[in-house]
Amino acid sequence: MAIIYVDGRPIEADENTNLLQACLQAGLDLPYFCWHPALGSVGSCRQCAVTQYQDENDDQGQLVMACMTPAAEGTRITLADESSSDFRASIIEWMMTNHPHDCPVCEEGGECHLQDMTVMTGHNYRRYRFNKRTFRNQDLGPFIGHEMNRCITCYRCVRFYNDYAGGTDLAALGQRNQVYFGRHEDGPLENEFSGNLAEVCPTGVFTDKPLGERYTRKWDLRSAPSVCTHCSLGCNTSPGERYGVLKRVQNRYNGDVNGYFLCDRGRFGYDFVNSDERIRRPRMRGPDGRTDMDAGELLERMAQMAEGTSLIGIGSPRASVETNFALQQLVGEANFSTGLSAAEQRRVELAREILAEGPVATPPMRETENADAVLVLGEDVTATAPRLALSLRQSVRNAGFERAAELQVPSWRDATVRELERHHRSPLFQVVPWATRLDDTARYNLYRRPEAIARLGHAVAHAIDPDAPEPVGLSASEADHAADIAETLKQAQRPLVVSGTGAHSEAVLHAAANVARALHRCHAQPEQVGITLTLPEANSLGQALLGGEDLDTALERAAAGGHTLVVAENDLARRADGDRVRQAFRASRQVIVLDHLENETTDQASAVLPAGTFAEADGTLVNNEGRAQRFFQVFEPDPVIQESWRWLVALAWSLDAETEMLWWSQLDQVIETCSRSCPELGGIVDAAPRADHRVQGLRAAREPARYSGRTAMDAAVSVHEPGPPRDEDTPMTFTMEGYGGPGHTDPNLIATTWSPGWNSEQSVNKFQAEINGAMAGGNQGRRLIEPAGASDWYPAVPEEDGEGWRALPYHAFFGSEELSAASGPIRERVAEAWLGVAPEVLEERGLDEGTEFELRLDDVSVRLPVRALEGLAMDCVAVPVGLTDLPDHRLPADCELIGPEAN
Amino acid sequence: MLLKIAEILFIFGVLILGAAALTWVERRLLGLWQDRYGPNRAGPLGILQPVADMVKILTKEDWIPPFADRVLYVIAPAIIIIATFMVFAVIPLSPSLGVIELNIGLLFFLAMASLSVYSVVLAGWASNSKYALLGGVRAASQMISYEVFMALSLAGVIMMAGSFNLRTIVEAQQGLWFVVPQFFGFVAFFVAGLAESHRLPLDLPESEHELTAGFHTEYSGMKFGMFFLGEYVGVIVTSAMIVTLFMGGWHGPWLPPLVWFGLKMAFFVALFVLLRAAIPRPRYDQLMAFGWKLLLPLTLANAVITGGVLLAGS
Amino acid sequence: MLSQLRSLWWVFLHTFRKRDTLQYPEEEVYLPPRTRGRIVLSRDPDGEERCVACNLCAVACPVDCISLAKAEDDQGRWYPDFFRINFSRCIYCGMCEEACPTYAIQLIPDFEMAEYDRANMVYEKDDLLIAGTGKYPDYNFYRVAGMAVGGKDKGEAENEDYPIDPKSLMP
Repeated sequence: MAIIYVDGRPIEADENTNLLQACLQAGLDLPYFCWHPALGSVGSCRQCAVTQYQDENDDQGQLVMACMTPAAEGTRITLADESSSDFRASIIEWMMTNHPHDCPVCEEGGECHLQDMTVMTGHNYRRYRFNKRTFRNQDLGPFIGHEMNRCITCYRCVRFYNDYAGGTDLAALGQRNQVYFGRHEDGPLENEFSGNLAEVCPTGVFTDKPLGERYTRKWDLRSAPSVCTHCSLGCNTSPGERYGVLKRVQNRYNGDVNGYFLCDRGRFGYDFVNSDERIRRPRMRGPDGRTDMDAGELLERMAQMAEGTSLIGIGSPRASVETNFALQQLVGEANFSTGLSAAEQRRVELAREILAEGPVATPPMRETENADAVLVLGEDVTATAPRLALSLRQSVRNAGFERAAELQVPSWRDATVRELERHHRSPLFQVVPWATRLDDTARYNLYRRPEAIARLGHAVAHAIDPDAPEPVGLSASEADHAADIAETLKQAQRPLVVSGTGAHSEAVLHAAANVARALHRCHAQPEQVGITLTLPEANSLGQALLGGEDLDTALERAAAGGHTLVVAENDLARRADGDRVRQAFRASRQVIVLDHLENETTDQASAVLPAGTFAEADGTLVNNEGRAQRFFQVFEPDPVIQESWRWLVALAWSLDAETEMLWWSQLDQVIETCSRSCPELGGIVDAAPRADHRVQGLRAAREPARYSGRTAMDAAVSVHEPGPPRDEDTPMTFTMEGYGGPGHTDPNLIATTWSPGWNSEQSVNKFQAEINGAMAGGNQGRRLIEPAGASDWYPAVPEEDGEGWRALPYHAFFGSEELSAASGPIRERVAEAWLGVAPEVLEERGLDEGTEFELRLDDVSVRLPVRALEGLAMDCVAVPVGLTDLPDHRLPADCELIGPEAN
Repeated sequence: MLLKIAEILFIFGVLILGAAALTWVERRLLGLWQDRYGPNRAGPLGILQPVADMVKILTKEDWIPPFADRVLYVIAPAIIIIATFMVFAVIPLSPSLGVIELNIGLLFFLAMASLSVYSVVLAGWASNSKYALLGGVRAASQMISYEVFMALSLAGVIMMAGSFNLRTIVEAQQGLWFVVPQFFGFVAFFVAGLAESHRLPLDLPESEHELTAGFHTEYSGMKFGMFFLGEYVGVIVTSAMIVTLFMGGWHGPWLPPLVWFGLKMAFFVALFVLLRAAIPRPRYDQLMAFGWKLLLPLTLANAVITGGVLLAGS
Repeated sequence: MLSQLRSLWWVFLHTFRKRDTLQYPEEEVYLPPRTRGRIVLSRDPDGEERCVACNLCAVACPVDCISLAKAEDDQGRWYPDFFRINFSRCIYCGMCEEACPTYAIQLIPDFEMAEYDRANMVYEKDDLLIAGTGKYPDYNFYRVAGMAVGGKDKGEAENEDYPIDPKSLMP
């Protein structure tokens, strides 16, 4: 820590940062545009000028850019003097000469960094008499709106999109004061992280388009701290609602998980909450079709039907821990199924075993950015865990940072460090089934079939540690690759192995675990070795910790007949063969389904109860790191829609069940019972504060202090304003009455950031203990899993594959995840069903992409257009999960591909 | 006997109607002195305003707060009505008119005036709210303090008339109204009467600017109406007492005695309203200081001097 | 003490003064043009709705009695999908008018809007929208703003140059 003097006042600063960051860290207001905590400094906007003095006798001083000046010991600066504040005001004035008179019709208005900074510098009148330059806008697809006139040329967009996220289709075009940020032509932004532009852009050039279409200002959004449900990483989000419609999802900073950025699936996948497909009324299927019904009556009828039957409960990895636990309590531990297919259950259980019983710890996602050698084994990370891919992309920068340190260049000097990175990149190896979006970051990519991936993984492990099982009959080139990767990983300070369940292969997970174990045994500092495993869904690991039989077993038991089946938030058709599901349903006396969206399972159910989505319920999810994180209800939906666990309690009452859950009326009671009866989930009580927690004596407010229209919004229905809804489950209020702004004692309760003078999301620095570091009060969530080191090598090395076509699961970034696929904006980006084949297959036969091929998988066959998938093995077909009519849960599987022969 | 009952009913009716009319008269007078009209919509000159008010107040929800002491809460407004009406029993309106002739009439008046304190204090206590309680506490000390001077200020009158009987006192003023020899007693009694009926400017128990509505903050409907009525009857009673004790009662030339009594009383009622229109409310400590440091010595001196003069004369 | 008596006398003298009260409704009340009464939504000189649904009036309103939602026509013009003022809550402070960047919301000298049913005090956009421009006859926000809307393309607003071709290398 260095001491620097700002306006004569000594403040503590990290000498590895710059003056701007030091000032912001100290809570001072210094305007800036081009600097971003995650992007570093380039000194292009000239906004953060301060006057620096040589020593205490210097009364002249000189203007320096705070973001480009190190916070060295004894630095003396002033923000308040006339020359630097005039300078800053005139920079803003200069930027504003071309800024249009748009604020009232700009989606950024009210949370605009440019507005905040303009107010901060005091500029308020346009003296420039001449014309403003204008641009035409582009259509950038369903996610991002474009209004180029508002640009102030800070370059943040391209620095994020190209340098940070690896995008290629956004560029700075043109020259001088006519620089244009856009694509070479209209079209959707291709990068998976394009949504972050809305937050990165300090003004209204790039805006959240789905929000804009049903626009509400930030001050009118009711938000709650939430967790993304569209993959297993558990990124922290802040969904905002008004008029009963979920309007947007914004990033919620978590220094351990997602930091400043989200992927597009997480940011735009929320819209399923507003879908027309939502189940909004309880209903029953009778002899004369479906009838909507009053919940009380329905529960009564279900109880009558259930008389004399035994219960079978089927949970879901996309439902919260609380919902699954409530179901387990209702039906009894022996009758509870996790809702995972047998194969998936084995993989998830294996992942749990590797993380909990292996020797190697899984680092929080933000820490993967520090790895200086990464091996990605068998996982298309961008598709299955997108935000992790962004972190891995940053990990290759570590060599550049090291080189910069050698040259005594501070790490925050972005342009210089990026220059060094052209020649100094940390190694990242991908052994994957096909080309991925991370290919450009990798030292090299090896495209293999899953078995070969596992064999190569085992070979790497064996090359690191000869005790590891050795794959037999490995080709020489394969052995060379293995030796090279092994050598690089061994030399690394902080090696990381990344794998996951995306390939649907236990062998790959075994190999990854062995590599991590081998590294752990050889490494000088074994705790620096990491393994990250991606999992199929938001609460997959929570299900593994809770335990239960797999879906196939449950369906088999149900097929024996005479049961009452209770299915919580699970579309069984995605996880088991349709015939088996139908058979089990037919054999059961009744099938009760709780879910948000219509799907095949609700279609066949005898009774359907409307369950609250993540925005309408509270609950806990356990992410792939084993971090339990609470998501809080954002708004009160139609009272008929309830949390699944509440429905299950109601069911328990009407069934006269003798369980403790009859006395549950608050979420805390569920959590407490759960942590008591399932010790592995014991930590979930600490995932967020209990309902009686108070922030400085108050509950935390969901609405901002400026929330408007409270006495008018419902006046058309009734002019008598109803009392605010009460929240028994959380220490939050649904209204503005309560604590907001900085000074929160618990980061788990911060929905949105706002601080006086800082209306944009840049205000997050007021809530952090350290900029770019942890939140004040520690990061959100609570880790449940630490490695015990008990397990041994996984000895089974798979054989080389046989001959014949093999269908592999391909996880599409858009469309493969169940809930986000029902979101309006995402739907626009979901491709029609297709099959992926090696380009060589098409070349050989002289066919074009789009030609229809027939794929036969046992008893099912589909005819779909094909796509060339770079790197895919010649005898493999990639089947996009969730897009085709094929049973995805059976993949990978032997199949037959029949296409037109050569023209 | 029947005649007596008719007389009682007549006085009772006049008093109630008078109090009701006074609500209208006061607002008209206040309007007059504030350059506006006052109630002028209901009936000619707004004369039916009291009727409208009565309809309104009778149809209002009569709500007892759940936190109140129900029994005392209900009794309190009744006490003030009873106590103030009782006073009128001893006032001789004319040589022939008067409910009862008590030889301790004056003491009866003082006793009833003291009883009405209970009403206010109990209302403040039973309401169980901070404003009402503060109002009640103020009322207790204000009214008990001023009762002392009220009684003392009358010492001179009693000595001069040589009787507690009000009719005797009036008759003693045949030649000279006691306001002349007993001027200081008159002033002290006037102020004390103002304080006893807690009228502006001495309405500290209510003082709506500080205490919402003081002791009757929690009251609504006709219970509030009874306090309201009690206050106006109190004004009439105080005026009637002043007339009886100092202004020669029904004495006066040409006009019938009852008319004289009515006119004199009307004058003092108007004076009460004018005080309300013109004088701001004193601070509480000023009120108490005025009572104990000025009125107490004044009335004592008045009593001593009157006694001395009478002794010397006999 | 003397001053008390003096003020008694002065107040008494008011008996002979003329009364200031105006006998409304028999007598007309003169309302200055800037009286803050009923709220209206005005139109721009071209006859289009002035309101762009920016929500500033709603957030400025101290009693939160304005609520609206933004909609956009197919040519990019913002307008309120609904616009509701609960006049049973309105305190006629005029903050909304001050906050309005387009002169759309205006308070006019009309206060005669009492109702027997509170629900009738809730005014929707149809009830608020007037045909004219109100107090500011000339202003048209979209002629100044940089957004392209129907009838005004990029570069056609006041003080704007024709749009730049970013692919051109001409200086």
